[in-house]
Amino acid sequence: MTVIPSLPRRLHGPSIWALYVIGLCPAAWYFYQGATGGLGVNPVKTFEHLLGIWALRFLIATLAITPLRDIAGINWLRYRRGLGLLAFYYVLMHFAVWLILDRGLDFSSIAGDIVKRPYITIGMVCLVSLAPLAATSNNWSIRRLGPRWSKLHQLIYPVALGGALHYLLAVKSVTFQPFIHIALVAVLLAYRPLRKPFLGWKRGSKPSVARATR
Amino acid sequence: MPVYHPPRIAASEITPREIYMSRRKFMGTAAAGLVVAGASSALAAPLAGSPSTFSTDETLTPKEAVTSYNNFYEFGTAKSDPAQNSGQFDPLPWSVKVDGLVGKPREFGMDELIKMPLEDRVYRLRCVEGWSMVIPWIGFPLAALLDQVEPLGSAKYVSFETIVRPEQMPGQTGFFQPLEWPYVEGLRLDEARHPLTILAVGLYGETLPNQNGAPIRLVVPWKYGFKSIKSIVKISLVEEQPQTTWKNSNAREYGFYSNVNPEVDHPRWSQATEQRIGEGGFFSVANRPTLKFNGYADEVASLYEGMDLKANF
Repeated sequence: MTVIPSLPRRLHGPSIWALYVIGLCPAAWYFYQGATGGLGVNPVKTFEHLLGIWALRFLIATLAITPLRDIAGINWLRYRRGLGLLAFYYVLMHFAVWLILDRGLDFSSIAGDIVKRPYITIGMVCLVSLAPLAATSNNWSIRRLGPRWSKLHQLIYPVALGGALHYLLAVKSVTFQPFIHIALVAVLLAYRPLRKPFLGWKRGSKPSVARATR
Repeated sequence: MPVYHPPRIAASEITPREIYMSRRKFMGTAAAGLVVAGASSALAAPLAGSPSTFSTDETLTPKEAVTSYNNFYEFGTAKSDPAQNSGQFDPLPWSVKVDGLVGKPREFGMDELIKMPLEDRVYRLRCVEGWSMVIPWIGFPLAALLDQVEPLGSAKYVSFETIVRPEQMPGQTGFFQPLEWPYVEGLRLDEARHPLTILAVGLYGETLPNQNGAPIRLVVPWKYGFKSIKSIVKISLVEEQPQTTWKNSNAREYGFYSNVNPEVDHPRWSQATEQRIGEGGFFSVANRPTLKFNGYADEVASLYEGMDLKANF
């Protein structure tokens, strides 16, 4: 039941590289804008917030791969690693901008904020949790860790929850944009426990399709 | 303690009037193209005030920043929304109703308010979000208005109300509205009568732009910016502490007093430092320590003598 035409096999590799290039475009564009005065009168905060929002967007896209395959039959599994890594790169840039451009490497106040401010603590925990996922995203680690790899990479769920919470706690009032992002994370996380019954129901209602896809 | 000396702004860095006026003209024309009526009233008229000893000599925040980086949720929640979405707002004709516990309740027309003894007041403005500006307001002490209505002895507080006009204020329409309207604020009567408390009718030598609270707004420089309610239509003298919008929205985080205080943190972020908008740049953010009562402690600290400022935040 593939809705969109599938990509020729020879383009799979290049399309993954294209994802990295396109995925890094927002950061490059906003950096250019910030450096040339295009981000308004508070460019650092604007840049920092945009990087954070894009990090959450890539996390959302990463989490959407599985339901997209289950429900719509679109298999974009090959892009999941790239999306996850892009999320990590954006979190890292978001953190670096906060550390260097926003707080000016004032380590005593930075340490105080990480300990005292729940939303910053949560953000830090998410960043630290993403690091081992990024480090073990290569094929060698997947082979080497075997079933433990899947276990480890389930960390993405608390990280996504933490990312949404971090956003929720950082804003003065929950307006449309934070609401939409947080709601998407909530829906995608809520799908996980429902996945097994859903797939079972799908298999039961269409036995031939289920066998064909195994 | 090191003394902060504000850098002097070079005359060459000030945007000449004809340039920003030509931009304003362009924006006005563009707005007129979109909006049938009301665009012309968005154009500022020159306004003059006499100098005041309450003014700071700190470097002014550029006008471009003062008029493009605003919190005015009636026009949207993004900082750029008020400047972008307020073109349709028609601030004239306007009147402010003053009622409640007063001997002579009455309505003041804008023509009358603009003829009050206007002063230039260059004030620091500290937002609860952690940024600040230095703004050259033009206005008159609120006390001068209160005197005219003769508050009764029973009046203890002053409450303020912003206009509700969804057809011209896009933030007041739609299904996702962050605050309850009308926006309301309040002060203790002694705070309201303090000479630093003004009703501003202009900034940078002109009548107030819509995004800054046209045509008349409160400015209380020792309190967080959200206390300085914009586009006021009603002022009432009351006996009980009035409702205030942000406290209603989240009483744990926003108190009635909301005095600027680096020692009392917002539950979610520090208030010890502030970022001065318009200074520094992308690679050099201008962070500075926040001062108690926003630097107006000499003038206002006595109002809160004996009060626990942590409990009465």
